[in-house]
Amino acid sequence: MEGSETSNGTTLRNAFGNVLSFFILILIGVLAFSIRLFSVIKYESVIHEFDPYFNYRVTQFLTKNGIYDFWNWFDDRTWYPLGRVIGGTVYPGLTLTAGTLWWLLNSLNIPLSVETICVFTAPIFSAFTSWAAYLLTREVKGAGAGLTAAALIAMVPSYISRSVAGSYDNEAVAIFALVFTFYLYIKTLNTGSLFYATLNALAYFYMVCSWGGYTFIINLIPMHVLMCIVTGRYSSRLYIAYAPLVVLGTLLAALVPVVGFNAVMTSEHFASFLVFIIIHVVAFVHYIKGVLAPKMFKVAVTLVLSIGVIVCCAVIAVLVALVASSPTKGWSGRSLSLLDPTYASKYIPIIASVSEHQPPTWPSYFMDINVLAFLVPAGIIACFSPLSDASSFVILYIVTSVYFSGVMVRLMLVLAPAACITSGIALSEAFEVFTRSIKFQLPGLQGISPVKAEETSSDSTVPLNEVPKTDKSGETLKERPSRKNRKKEKEPVEKPSIKARIEKKLLVLPLEGSVLAIFYLCCWVPSMCMVHCVWAAAEAYSAPSIVLTSHSHDGLHVFDDFREAYAWLSHNTEVDDKVASWWDYGYQTTAMANRTVIVDNNTWNNTHIATVGTAMSSPEKAAWEIFNSLDVKYVLVVFGGLVGYPSDDINKFLWMVRIGGGVFPHIKEPDYLRDGQYRIDNQATPTMLNCLMYKLSYYRFVDTDGKGFDRVRRTEIGKKHFKLTHFEEVFTTHHWMVRIYKLKPPKNRIRGKTKKSKSKSTSTISGKRSGTKKNPWN
Amino acid sequence: MVKPSSSSSSTSQDALALFNSLRSAYSATPTALKIIDLYVGFAVSTAIIQVVYMALVGSFPFNSFLSGVLSCIGTAVLAVCLRIQVNKENKEFKDLAPERAFADFVLCNLVLHLVIMNFLG
Repeated sequence: MEGSETSNGTTLRNAFGNVLSFFILILIGVLAFSIRLFSVIKYESVIHEFDPYFNYRVTQFLTKNGIYDFWNWFDDRTWYPLGRVIGGTVYPGLTLTAGTLWWLLNSLNIPLSVETICVFTAPIFSAFTSWAAYLLTREVKGAGAGLTAAALIAMVPSYISRSVAGSYDNEAVAIFALVFTFYLYIKTLNTGSLFYATLNALAYFYMVCSWGGYTFIINLIPMHVLMCIVTGRYSSRLYIAYAPLVVLGTLLAALVPVVGFNAVMTSEHFASFLVFIIIHVVAFVHYIKGVLAPKMFKVAVTLVLSIGVIVCCAVIAVLVALVASSPTKGWSGRSLSLLDPTYASKYIPIIASVSEHQPPTWPSYFMDINVLAFLVPAGIIACFSPLSDASSFVILYIVTSVYFSGVMVRLMLVLAPAACITSGIALSEAFEVFTRSIKFQLPGLQGISPVKAEETSSDSTVPLNEVPKTDKSGETLKERPSRKNRKKEKEPVEKPSIKARIEKKLLVLPLEGSVLAIFYLCCWVPSMCMVHCVWAAAEAYSAPSIVLTSHSHDGLHVFDDFREAYAWLSHNTEVDDKVASWWDYGYQTTAMANRTVIVDNNTWNNTHIATVGTAMSSPEKAAWEIFNSLDVKYVLVVFGGLVGYPSDDINKFLWMVRIGGGVFPHIKEPDYLRDGQYRIDNQATPTMLNCLMYKLSYYRFVDTDGKGFDRVRRTEIGKKHFKLTHFEEVFTTHHWMVRIYKLKPPKNRIRGKTKKSKSKSTSTISGKRSGTKKNPWN
Repeated sequence: MVKPSSSSSSTSQDALALFNSLRSAYSATPTALKIIDLYVGFAVSTAIIQVVYMALVGSFPFNSFLSGVLSCIGTAVLAVCLRIQVNKENKEFKDLAPERAFADFVLCNLVLHLVIMNFLG
């Protein structure tokens, strides 16, 4: 670094370094791609979970019918009888990306199925993400930090969890778009080039296309701009980086149908407009300051600022008036639940019911970002020395994303790149300190004796020398007893390290210590982290959740019940039959069984979902009437009691009650709880034991083992022997995980009247109670 | 440039002096920059006219209004960026050739107006 070689040697070394880092980047890309293939190796090349099935279906439609039909697609197979305008309500980035990939490969005569493309989109884009992270970190702290950050982001478990092969969801491409947009912003900020500003707006457009999380960008960048202005770091580069982005970005965002006029109408975007005005005022002040003599400027300041403040006040007043006039204060429910974490649980049970919208637990931080959690503080400190525009952006990014990840476990995903970037910076800074001290000591080996002397301390420079090491490596592993001392010492260190070049002699560490530390940083921490990441990728995050496996004493069991049930539906029911289930299974039913569903995972109509929830929590007859009014032929329930599959409908049932009760007040949650306890054994309330969900789940369950022992709830069920009057069981999968019931057709009134056989009619009435073999509804 | 509107008796003298010095300082700027300033002023005044028109008539084809106003603002912003970059007094952009700056400006405008045309409806 600071070696005074000939210019020839330096350029050679630079070229060598460039080639080397190029190959390292390729290897990182390969690593990022291949670490996500565990799901394909362990299971099969299949689309995962719920939302990816919808995206897959949309992609199929796109590749089959073309882009124009896609924009106008009205889907009549979901949300029956309402339907859904798909083209205007999806973020099209992911499907367009995969569709383009498919089209490209096919036009190159590489015939891949749409499904294969969809499965591998996420791993490909995670490789792109790691390169984008390299670029971003290089802009902030140089190539070494960039490479470290890229390697970390390639294998951070939090990101793996959303981007394994088959996890074909918006986040797969959105994280790449996020990091790349930030990179271009920083690049524009560093160079002040309009070209990069244009690219930045386009990357932002791609992000808007891909994910609703784009509001994070359009709030974070204004925050950073504001921070720069307030701390007196305004420059004309900042103006070039920000002002075109707002105008172009707003226009581009308004082009995406799902965003549309929201780009100028909702409060999520107002921050950017406000800062847009502020930066113009500041830019104007700067211009005047440059033009005028200092003495005149003082006069001008009072005038210009007072006018600026008046304009700002007027604009703020207009904004406040606009915002106050809208009922939700202009914020969408999801954004509000981010700002006020208790908002969703109070007002919107449908958002609170999703498990990934819950706040995370502490272990999940360790699980998801592992050792990075300890490196992040060191990275933040490294960003402060010296503080530049770019590094202040990274600090802001990590701080806000830590907050957001604390609100919703899903947003851990936004934290992951920030954590990787800061810990990449931390690792490479620490590495640089150690290598520098080794380099300094190695040429003159006589210097060992002063090193020894330093180790035994008593030199005045020792506290200075010791601290960086404890900062960097001590954070990760060693628990130094004197935490307070260390905190105190941190402060004086930062200032010297700004002038590191000058005081490099002071920053020399003991040779053995730095060799050990390098060994520790290069081998031990990464390998420990690596082991964890590979384990997480292989074991924790690769399950496709439509195929389940379990290990028991007699080997591996595979539960393929979902696909079994959907295949049954697609083979044994009419094309236009409607299938009712809880909304979780809507996407899968439409995608795999190709049957019309009532509600699905796009929870756009709360009332409709509440209707289904009410039906599930009503007694059989009321439920039959609700379903019949919706033209439902089949009801599908997921039941895990036989094999111990915990996320089944009985466990989700309280949410159905809550959501249903939110719209239809005759459903009351306390009716289903015994003393506040949710139970299904013989202590359960009669309402619970008679509701449709209970009956459909446990119908004939006692036949399996004679006792009706539920392995999820670990209890015997309360009501064992009962018959269904309005529903009939038509299919139950191998492990009973999916059960499909058919609605019995309504009683034929005319025949019943004309027959006039008293005995029969009485027997039907009694038959309803006693549940004889005779079916009154046939 | 600066509106000497706040004309209280004590500051009016200052404002006048400020105005004079501003005018003399501004007359020293190169003609190219003055042309850009004119362009910016024209774009901004067009935007203001549109906003006034919207306030009078109503914003029914909202996308038309939006694209009209944003195209004006965008043009102004990009021109300001160009002005910043080609200004000789700006030390930050010493190594940026004016031709390069203008090429960037044209590219950015191209993107902007493609988007505008798309959005116009």
